[in-house]
Amino acid sequence: MDSQTVAVRQQAEVAHHEGAHPYYLRHHFETVEQQKEAVSFGMWLFLLTEIMFFGGLFMAYLLYRNWYYDAFVSASNTLGIGLGTTNTAVLIVSSFTMAMGVYCAEMRNKRGLLLSLSATILLGLVFLGIKTIEYHDKYTEHHIPGASFSIEDFVHPQDKRDVALAPDVAQHAQIFFFLYFAMTGMHALHMVIGISILFALLYRASKGAYTSGHTSTIDNFGLYWHFVDIVWIFLFPLLYLISRHPLH
Amino acid sequence: MHFFSPVLWQFLVKWLTEFALFPPQASAIAPYMDAFYFFLLLISLVGLVLVGLMVGTFSIMFRKEKNPQATHIEGSTLLEATWTIIPLALFMVCFVWGALLYFRIYNPPTNAMNIYIVGKQWMWKAEHPGGQHEINALHIPVGRNVQLTMISQDVFHSFSIPAFRVKREVIPGRYSTVWFRATQPGTYHLFCTQYCGTLHSSMIGDIVAMSPDDYEKWTAGSTSGQSLAQNGERLYASLGCNSCHSGTAGARGPNLAGIYRSKVTLEGGRTVTADDEFLRGSILNPTTHAMAGYAPIMPTYQGQVSEEGLIALVEYIKGLNNNDRIHQTLNDSNFSPSQAGATGAAPNYRSRQLTGADQMPDAKPDTSSSKGMGPSPQ
Amino acid sequence: MSTIVRLPNQQDATLPKRSYLNSEYGLKSWLLTGDHKRIAILYLISITFFFFLGGAFAGLIRLELLTPMPDLVSSDTYNKLFSAHGIIMVFLFLVPSVPATVGNFVLPIMVGARDLAFPKVNLLSWYLYMVAGIVILSSLILGGVDTGWTFTTPLSTHYLNTHVITAAMGVFIAGFSSIFTGLNFIVTTHRMRAPGMTWFRLPLFVWSHYAASILMVLGTPVLAITLVLVALERAFGIGVFDPTKGGDPLLFQHLFWFYSHPAVYIMILPGMGVISEVISTFSRKRVFGYTAVAFSSVAIAVFGFFVWAHHMFIMGVSNYSALVFSLLTMLVAVPSAIKIFNWAATLYKGSITFETPMLYAFGFMGLFTIGGLTGVFLGSLGMDIHLTETYFIVAHFHFVMVGGMLMAYLAGVHFWWPKMTGRMYPEGLSKLAAVTTFIGFILTFFPQFVLGYLGMPRRYHAYPPEFQVLNVLSTAGATVLGIGYLLPMIYMTWSLKYGAIAGSNPWQATGLEWQIQSPPPTENFIETPIVDYEAYDYDWLANKTPHEVTTVG
Repeated sequence: MDSQTVAVRQQAEVAHHEGAHPYYLRHHFETVEQQKEAVSFGMWLFLLTEIMFFGGLFMAYLLYRNWYYDAFVSASNTLGIGLGTTNTAVLIVSSFTMAMGVYCAEMRNKRGLLLSLSATILLGLVFLGIKTIEYHDKYTEHHIPGASFSIEDFVHPQDKRDVALAPDVAQHAQIFFFLYFAMTGMHALHMVIGISILFALLYRASKGAYTSGHTSTIDNFGLYWHFVDIVWIFLFPLLYLISRHPLH
Repeated sequence: MHFFSPVLWQFLVKWLTEFALFPPQASAIAPYMDAFYFFLLLISLVGLVLVGLMVGTFSIMFRKEKNPQATHIEGSTLLEATWTIIPLALFMVCFVWGALLYFRIYNPPTNAMNIYIVGKQWMWKAEHPGGQHEINALHIPVGRNVQLTMISQDVFHSFSIPAFRVKREVIPGRYSTVWFRATQPGTYHLFCTQYCGTLHSSMIGDIVAMSPDDYEKWTAGSTSGQSLAQNGERLYASLGCNSCHSGTAGARGPNLAGIYRSKVTLEGGRTVTADDEFLRGSILNPTTHAMAGYAPIMPTYQGQVSEEGLIALVEYIKGLNNNDRIHQTLNDSNFSPSQAGATGAAPNYRSRQLTGADQMPDAKPDTSSSKGMGPSPQ
Repeated sequence: MSTIVRLPNQQDATLPKRSYLNSEYGLKSWLLTGDHKRIAILYLISITFFFFLGGAFAGLIRLELLTPMPDLVSSDTYNKLFSAHGIIMVFLFLVPSVPATVGNFVLPIMVGARDLAFPKVNLLSWYLYMVAGIVILSSLILGGVDTGWTFTTPLSTHYLNTHVITAAMGVFIAGFSSIFTGLNFIVTTHRMRAPGMTWFRLPLFVWSHYAASILMVLGTPVLAITLVLVALERAFGIGVFDPTKGGDPLLFQHLFWFYSHPAVYIMILPGMGVISEVISTFSRKRVFGYTAVAFSSVAIAVFGFFVWAHHMFIMGVSNYSALVFSLLTMLVAVPSAIKIFNWAATLYKGSITFETPMLYAFGFMGLFTIGGLTGVFLGSLGMDIHLTETYFIVAHFHFVMVGGMLMAYLAGVHFWWPKMTGRMYPEGLSKLAAVTTFIGFILTFFPQFVLGYLGMPRRYHAYPPEFQVLNVLSTAGATVLGIGYLLPMIYMTWSLKYGAIAGSNPWQATGLEWQIQSPPPTENFIETPIVDYEAYDYDWLANKTPHEVTTVG
């Protein structure tokens, strides 16, 4: 290819570039569709890595619940079921508001998007607030593993509420609580990151981004948020609902 | 050869006379291990030579000067199949052979004499049932099956006797076993092969394999006077085990006579074999080992008995054929625990002092007035 | 000896006026770049630094092991030395070696793209790598860590007072660097191939990196969470791995090796990709059994996830699970064997020349064969009992990692050096370095097989005197090996200023990267390439030669 052709091509490229390509199309992508698909694929892959990440904790949980079932039942029953259920509902609703946000973005409804993002942030903060209350409760009840751990509260799972668990079994409740704090803590960390990003998205959405045709960012963040929600949906029954019986 | 430097010459001589490619074959399994090794070496050599020949001859035959134009060959399913199936078949042979060897080494015969090994940073303690205690050494008779029941007091260690071709990880929290039959008297290396901290390389010792007569002499001369079981008996009484496990009818705890290797039914219906691990586990986690028909009231002794103490207790229980010895401990004041707390009433867990007492085998019966369930800390 | 190297006329050849190296100037343009080629160079520099640091520790280890007595350094220092050597070499050198340097540089060009899918994430990867390096360095400076690179509990959680958490967090961060690189590669390979570039027209280098990326993406997060658990246990003393509190130290082993076994395939697969390219180019032939080699890469990745407990055969796993893992280990050995045979068969009726990358490739084939076969020794249960935790293991993994992977890395760096820099390295010196490395390597590590069978344990500071001779041989080899590695440092740097101008395709290789100028322009391609030929199509190349794109501008 001689330099004349090269020069002509370069000029054509420049003209073509300024005209047809939207500002958000990155230079290494050929088309907007390619970029969208690549970014979406990337996000799904990232979520797959997150599944593997939590997977290690789930493995540990699987092992120890198998080994120390009685202690796990007893310890699980000391978690506040009301707060836990509320949190689950809060997160599910926040997933809904996030999905609404994605819809609004696609419909180019800026106000709707801002409302949805704000609602999601709010619900996320409520979740974290309730979590803080729960952690505080655990602190006051001396259920935080470590030096201050006390085994007084752990009763025999077969509904004999006055019979304390034998100490060697009750000590294993520490492992339950370690997993509880590790898993919900890791989850909460992901929530915090998500909420921080939501603030950034809210700011940019208020400036008009995401409602002019380029919804990729909101779509993919929505994926992340739903993932965090799904992790909780697994955590909730595994941690809170071990052999719970309705109160007599 | 005086024109060689004397140092270099000594070096060469030493090398040639002492150079070994294999450790001595001092156990029954060693020749089998070496045979397998030869096989593996052989197929590796064949594989390497094959690859080397291919690379060597092709690169000479088809170098650019000889073959300026390369010939495109897409592939050959036949060749692919060949060099998939043949290696796979060879590897399967290795798998089967290796598996057989592994099962042989890690499934001790039932008639093996048992020696306990406790590993800790950074030494090995060997506890013979007859009451001999060794540190960083292990005396064993030649020609007898010897099983080692091992546990660690702290981190992972690994008990390795290269001359016997055996090795097993020594794990904190549960027993691991390995067995061998020495065939040649001699002194062989004992190594710890799992990195365990600062003095990992010093955690070495000697395995002394002796003829049966020499071994007899050694056991007679090295005993501390109390066999492991006798120490176990003492501990059994001083910890108050005999108050619930008294062997009388209607006792709070199951009768332990004859329990070793029998099938027991646990609370919840499962049936397990009461092996060493079960006995040890029952002492440390009694509630999960509770037997059917008995209330799960046994307290845990986690933190109160050392691994050596547990070994002594296990050894004692293993040897119980009838309740006579237990009854003896109930009646004999030499065995009675010197303080309250051993009456068998449900103890107050939180106020019990966790002394972590190390029950040394040749400690005298405790007659001091210290509080707590065990003798004073080591 | 004949050569395929065809350089432009050195009298009037110049480097291209405009390339990725001079498109922008200034430190910021490098530190905030999104250009995969610049990021590759950044990685190259940092990885080389860490390689020599890890190598220095290795030198000290071998120096100590000259004598049976622990007389050079104290025991704690020795333990810190081998831990640092392992951590740096595995996480800061081997895992990113080919993917982050040569892979980053060349993979987008090979698929016909202008950059990786996520250039900013690529830059983030490098920054994470640098942060990880700094954190690990600081753990060393603060006093070192002596857990071994395997962080075995309960030693690491309860029985050491060194900087375990710092080191663990450094490795954690490095893990994310790796994950993002893998993620980038997978999306790029799926979504950014040029028109006509079907999966089976891709160079095998891309296939290998794709397989390695799957491992990076799926395996590394498990390491991350395992290290978090170790840090938490160490900080708060909970007992997840502590048997006195009901925990299971074996759980750590399972979690750790679930990543660390696939990690070794992460380390070797990209190297195998390099070998495919080099063997093909220097035999002037398409790789024999392209499809078999491509699928073998993926097979290694898939099987690699199912064999982790072969690191735990003597640790108290049940006999039956040991059986299963041993069987699967035998299966995972087969695809590697297939690749070796395919490469050897590629030589048949080729037109072979012996430039430096080819010498490294030959070295790889011999040494990796030995290393891989000794893996079969270790995968056989009974044999493993005697050999595990001894110097046999050390020899095995050094054969595959150093004799295999490091040689492949050097092959790759030499092969793509003209593309990355526009200059050729001096051939005579480089051949000398390759041969020196090969000889030094064998002398260093072969005696260790014998030591292993004799029973010398690994990670030993002192040893029984009868092992001294073999240790002396090993240390002597290490000295030679060190020279073999220092030489490229020197002459590669020299070549940056004084090397011959390479032109766009000095090797006359196939592949999109050889059809653009050396060094490439920032956007890689002036116009999107359209691919209508197969990989390694030397006939096509022979016809294309008169119209080759030479220098631009």
